[in-house]
Amino acid sequence: MFFTYLRRELRRRSRQAIVVSLGLAIGIGLVMTVSSASAGVKNAQTQVLHSLYGVGTDMTVTKTASQGSFTPQHFGFGGLKGIGTSAAGTKINRSTLRVTGGDTTLPSSDVTKIAGLSGTKAATGGLVLNDTSFSGTLPKFSFSGGVRTITSGGGGRHHGGGGSRSSFTPGSFSTGSSAFNITSFTVTGIEISSSGVGPLDASQVTKGHYFSSKDNDADLAIVSASYAKTAKLSVGSKIKVAGKSLAVIGISASNSNSADVYIPLGTAQKLSGLTNDVSTIYVSATSSSNVSALSTAVGKALPGSTEQTSASLANDVTGSLSSASSLANSLGRWLAIAALIVAFMTAALLMMAAVSRRTREFGTLKAIGWKSRRIVGQVMGEGIALGIAGGIGGLIIGIIGSRVISGVSPALTADVPAASTGGFGGGFAGAAGTPGGGGFAGFTHHHAASGGSVLVHLSAPLQGGTIALAVGLAIAGGLVAGGFGAWRASRLRPAAALRSIA
Amino acid sequence: MNALISDPTTQGEHQTMAGNIYELVDVKKYFGSKATTVRALDGVDLTIAENEFLAIQGPTGQGKSTLLTLLGALDRPTSGKITFDGRDLGALAESELAQLRAAEFGFVFQTFNLIPTLTAQENVETALVPAGLSAEERRSRALQALADLALDDRATHLPSELSGGQQQRVAIARALVKNPRVLLADEPTGNLDEQTRDEIVGLLENLWRDRGLTLIVVTHDSWVAGRAQRIAVIKGGRVNTPEQVASS
Repeated sequence: MFFTYLRRELRRRSRQAIVVSLGLAIGIGLVMTVSSASAGVKNAQTQVLHSLYGVGTDMTVTKTASQGSFTPQHFGFGGLKGIGTSAAGTKINRSTLRVTGGDTTLPSSDVTKIAGLSGTKAATGGLVLNDTSFSGTLPKFSFSGGVRTITSGGGGRHHGGGGSRSSFTPGSFSTGSSAFNITSFTVTGIEISSSGVGPLDASQVTKGHYFSSKDNDADLAIVSASYAKTAKLSVGSKIKVAGKSLAVIGISASNSNSADVYIPLGTAQKLSGLTNDVSTIYVSATSSSNVSALSTAVGKALPGSTEQTSASLANDVTGSLSSASSLANSLGRWLAIAALIVAFMTAALLMMAAVSRRTREFGTLKAIGWKSRRIVGQVMGEGIALGIAGGIGGLIIGIIGSRVISGVSPALTADVPAASTGGFGGGFAGAAGTPGGGGFAGFTHHHAASGGSVLVHLSAPLQGGTIALAVGLAIAGGLVAGGFGAWRASRLRPAAALRSIA
Repeated sequence: MNALISDPTTQGEHQTMAGNIYELVDVKKYFGSKATTVRALDGVDLTIAENEFLAIQGPTGQGKSTLLTLLGALDRPTSGKITFDGRDLGALAESELAQLRAAEFGFVFQTFNLIPTLTAQENVETALVPAGLSAEERRSRALQALADLALDDRATHLPSELSGGQQQRVAIARALVKNPRVLLADEPTGNLDEQTRDEIVGLLENLWRDRGLTLIVVTHDSWVAGRAQRIAVIKGGRVNTPEQVASS
């Protein structure tokens, strides 16, 4: 009788039932779509993190150089006799390989220390370096001194950047024939292991091959696709790092842009003179939920270190990914909540109106002995049935919504401040013996590989939690709709109900 | 049948009948707030014998239906006492009243009050739901009740597919399917034409006689009232005999 009565009643009020179910469906579908989009944005942020820091990385650990400890780069001009007027025409070709500005190194033993922490799944060390080449012919010049402006990065320093950033206003190189060529690219020395964490693994090598376990100090390199394009490199080419010629054995996926060039850690340490040092430790946590706790533990284990997680990175990201994040988290969420409230209220009001119209019916049922509880159950049943219908509709709308987003797959750019991505913080100390030679106190290099812009495609994955949310909302919608109607029905006194139509 | 018209507040000529099934003492029922109080019943004293056929007659708005709702345990009096089969209805909990309605009372309404979405058979079954019978038992008893009223060929019809007389017969089947002791009918012929009215009243009379029911019919139709054993006239919220009304 319960189901027969319920089915017939909903069929009789089919138009109203459709309105209520559709309202709930739209509300639930919107919540699902926004939740999926939010999950997609979160995934995109993780993708950005991985793109910048490597696969499987939940956190990076670096150590900032203490303020005032900045050591400018030298190209060794001071070794040139008679630099000044007599050095005119001298050809210069110098290359340095240094830790990115603002960073200092950590002993390799710290990697082991972090690997041993509770909550660490894997840890691997990397040496993030800048290769800067300065070549050209010295003209006869008189250098009146440049203006160097140094802005302290202070807090918020991230991978490879921060410390101090400088801008250089060239001084007056008075000779017009100077032809200096300055190039720089980022080089990351990586541990060759199968730990699944780090800036690069074999799966990201799209052409050629990954390093073998014997290559720890081999003169080999893997180049990012974007830098390979810029520098016209391919598998089999040679690339000079710190003046040493390395063979390019692979090209990595273009989105793995934490560096332009990857070389074995041993090679990087040898070329930079930083034996047994790393500049970045890549950490993977046992679960995403304990990244924050692990970050705290690492901070305690390595005082003075800086931990970068996806959560902290997300705060620094700008660009359309940030806009999408804001959209999903603010406008989208509130829009979905508003739609849901309207749907719930509409459902509740329509159910109450329906009960009011059925006063006579419920009065009759009470007169023939139905207890209020049974009538309330009947009305609640109708509400829950509408909730289930709305939930199914919402699920369909949500699935369509998430598929549309994933299908369109809008491209989002994540712009991470240069300070977060390894700005070129070195500097030219100026020619030795040239008092007051300010020189290049540092600049940020902008080529794509190590720049702060990452392109990701937004998808809207439907997660178990999102589906559970839809089911929960459907039940809640049914209970709200049925509850209000049932409350109205329970308050009907049989005599009053019958009198109302007499 | 000639009505046994007498003083409705006493057993009167019903000496041959069983004991009183209802006893009402100074029953009052007021509606509204203090400022706008409507005195629907204003001190009703009435006894009704078991198996009696009583007609409650009176002008519109004088409290006939209100009295019927009190007799059917659908409402409680503002004051006074209503005893049914020795039980004070005013002292019973709502759930006990619901049980009483489910087992002891059958209701027939002027507008039939059938559930529009349910078939004739399902409408009859609704009266058996509180009894907790199995679906099969409900079905067979409902079909039997419809057959008793010559409606077996209309069992699967919705109310909208039935005539007024047929709908009222379905309502009577619904009222009687649980074998109640009291059948309360509120203007049962008010929405019917004369021929159907005669048919329904005849049916009620037969059921009353055959089943030993206590039949209480509220009506403003003198012809219908005239078929009852006794007539109680409600006027000014009080019960009178027709003679009292005529002399006042």
